[in-house]
Amino acid sequence: MIQLQGVHKAFGRNKVLRGVDLTVPTGESMVIIGGSGTGKSVALKCVLGLVTPDAGKITLDGQDVMRADRDAFLARFGMLFQGGALFDSLSVWQNVAFRLQRGAAKRPKAEAREIAIEKLRRVGLKPEVADLFPAELSGGMQKRVGLARAIAAEPEIIFFDEPTTGLDPIMAGVINELIREIVVEMGATAMTITHDMTSVRAIADKVAMLHDGVIKWTGPVADLDHSGDPYLDQFIHGRAEGPIAAVR
Amino acid sequence: MTALVAPVAGIGRLTLAAFAAIGRIALFGGRAVSHLVRPPFYPREFLQAVLAIGWFSLPVVGLTALFTGGALALQIYSGGARFNAESVVPSIVAIGMVRELGPVLGGLMVAARVASSIAAEIGTMKVTEQIDALTTLSTNPLKYLVTPRILAAVLVMPLLVAVGDSIGIYGGYLVGVHQLGFNPATYLKNTVDYLQSWDVVSGMIKGAVFGFIVALMGCYHGMQSGRGAQGVGRATKAAVQAAAVAILAANFLLTSLFFTQ
Repeated sequence: MIQLQGVHKAFGRNKVLRGVDLTVPTGESMVIIGGSGTGKSVALKCVLGLVTPDAGKITLDGQDVMRADRDAFLARFGMLFQGGALFDSLSVWQNVAFRLQRGAAKRPKAEAREIAIEKLRRVGLKPEVADLFPAELSGGMQKRVGLARAIAAEPEIIFFDEPTTGLDPIMAGVINELIREIVVEMGATAMTITHDMTSVRAIADKVAMLHDGVIKWTGPVADLDHSGDPYLDQFIHGRAEGPIAAVR
Repeated sequence: MTALVAPVAGIGRLTLAAFAAIGRIALFGGRAVSHLVRPPFYPREFLQAVLAIGWFSLPVVGLTALFTGGALALQIYSGGARFNAESVVPSIVAIGMVRELGPVLGGLMVAARVASSIAAEIGTMKVTEQIDALTTLSTNPLKYLVTPRILAAVLVMPLLVAVGDSIGIYGGYLVGVHQLGFNPATYLKNTVDYLQSWDVVSGMIKGAVFGFIVALMGCYHGMQSGRGAQGVGRATKAAVQAAAVAILAANFLLTSLFFTQ
């Protein structure tokens, strides 16, 4: 279980997180929604230790993430970055098998390649893609390679940062289905940030709405349409009028 | 009173900012160097850096040295003619190249070529979240990206300097023999006779220090890169400027250390 308690983070005078409280139960898929610049990515990066919170506490299964052994802690995670964040200098299979070629999870090269090709197949990519370089792939393919890399070492927890941004509706649907299948199949805990409502309904067990640096609403995805929360209602219906200022 | 104090305060702020930047770079360099002796090691990244910094810099360093050696021979010949000392051309070209021009010009050319490319590559990796991705894949970016490049630069720069020295001396030889009328055998004998091993070694030590500076500045400014294309552009520019200035400053300090009594 991932728990954020009173997490604050500011960049200079810009207070991004102002006391975020959120619980992500083990094995559930939590989607954090909210407008652009509301701190969704920062919250995710705080959990991973990529950004250090100014105040508050983040725990994973009761253990403070800041005091955890970094390698052992990060070995439990997989992450799909918004732009894929594939390493340009490495081929596709080397990207996917990155963790399998280094550190505690290191495997022989042939085995790592085999696992990479199997994961590529899992995300709908042919084995021929394995020897290409990221620059030779389309945006959708890069996202799928990123997804294959995130699941390569079969992590317990997977983070998805804007998994469908920049994709056409069909490819976005494919990615959403893949994420749902993988999360269910692996029994992983998932935390996704997005403002794509189709994604939310496809991926989420629970939804949390982040606005003004705090969680305004959280609940099961089934309650999304009758939450009674004015912030959530305005956001999911995409209305210009409401408590959320259209011009920020 | 405020008008009088303001310029002093400005100088103070600039001085403090400069010292803070030097401190940050020193800490960054110290941390990167400390990873040299702590596993895991990344031999593939090291070899790639050797290739990128050493092998692919050979043409630019070689050409720079060739033309510099030739120009140096012409300058010494015309300057030496004022006091009938034209015969010193071979020895002065050799000493000038190995002690000073080989390492400094080699360092500056590598700074332009390598510091910029390292800063742009790492800066782009930062902007596209590849650095964050490395961390989430349990890989320390400093150990994976910075340490191999610094080690490679420190090891290959002395070799580059040695190659540059040889080509520079050859450039002087070509001009001396074909344009200034020196006897080839005499030119070579004068070159070898007046050159001491410390001249060569000191130049190679300078090369190692300049290599460290080039890789450090490239990596540091890449890691500090701001967002977007403009951020990467600024980081690249800052890396080359800082490396060039630091090389010239280090050259003065090393020359003072090596050659003053």
